Amino acid sequence: MKKNNVCGDPLEIGGLTLSSRLLLGTSGYPNMQVLLESIAASGTELITVAIRRVNLEDDGPTGFLSTIRNLPVNLLPNTAGCYTAREAVLVAELSREALETDLIKLEVIGDDETLMPDAEQLLKAASELVLSGFTVLAYSNDDPITCRKLADIGCAAVMPLASPIGSGMGLVNPYNLQLIRELLPNLPLLVDAGIGTASDAARAMELGYDGVLLNTAVSKAKHPVQMAAAMRHAVMGGRLAWLGGRIPQRFYAQASSPEEGRVGTVDRNVSG
Amino acid sequence: MNPSHVRINGRSEPLEAAAPLTAVLEKQGIDPLHASGIAVAVNERIVRRAEWSERVIKPGDDIEIVTARQGG
Repeated sequence: MKKNNVCGDPLEIGGLTLSSRLLLGTSGYPNMQVLLESIAASGTELITVAIRRVNLEDDGPTGFLSTIRNLPVNLLPNTAGCYTAREAVLVAELSREALETDLIKLEVIGDDETLMPDAEQLLKAASELVLSGFTVLAYSNDDPITCRKLADIGCAAVMPLASPIGSGMGLVNPYNLQLIRELLPNLPLLVDAGIGTASDAARAMELGYDGVLLNTAVSKAKHPVQMAAAMRHAVMGGRLAWLGGRIPQRFYAQASSPEEGRVGTVDRNVSG
Repeated sequence: MNPSHVRINGRSEPLEAAAPLTAVLEKQGIDPLHASGIAVAVNERIVRRAEWSERVIKPGDDIEIVTARQGG
């Protein structure tokens, strides 16, 4: 694993110590150059990749891989596109063989329309992979019970969705996300999927999440590199706000300037 | 599937007789000794790199050769 100069408030996850709490997907960028610039602008140290068939007619089947392997980032292979535990376990085994890493972003989806996780298959796959020594980062529904079961199985991190993959809908159920955080105070939790813009990422961090994983919000932005920088700052800002501890909300105003010494008032202590 | 064929990444390829996996990979332009960043499954089971030379591929087998690509 690549070492980084970590200072302050690192994210420790699956044996990695990361100074950035932003995980970035590598799919759907206008071209390779924009991807590389976006990775740099985001400050991420952990990027996701998919496991797919080698293009046997292409001269450079591993061209993408050899390029990103030279970057100062770690790779997090995923099981995207798997519908069953059996498929996901095979893809995870292939990724471990191809990339020589135990890290796996476990994704077992239920259908094409929502791309929402199939909880039954997800839990089955997570159990098998943890038993086989994988470091499992599980993409999950925003269901506190499923998330707790994934934690009990021994996943290194649980990653509930903010909203469906690629939807950009942001945090549609912050109440559930907050419940999950409160029920699992000691497990690394990341919000994965559905982030649309910087404030969504900041809000996830303000709920006490340990990190954010996003892809489309950057890759399909009008200016991906600028958006990658925005996400970097949003995640940092949200993290600092969480650590800083927000004030309680109240219905009525509370003056921030002191009442005492206002111009034109009568000082009752010295008069008459 | 045609009995004298194997399926490689979903495509039917001729294979008259059993052959080592390394030979099948070479025929696909992959150097088994130096290829990095790839993995192979045969009939939905992984075949680890150390087992490539011993693994015999028979007509009818289903081979998947994968690598890392852009993903989220």
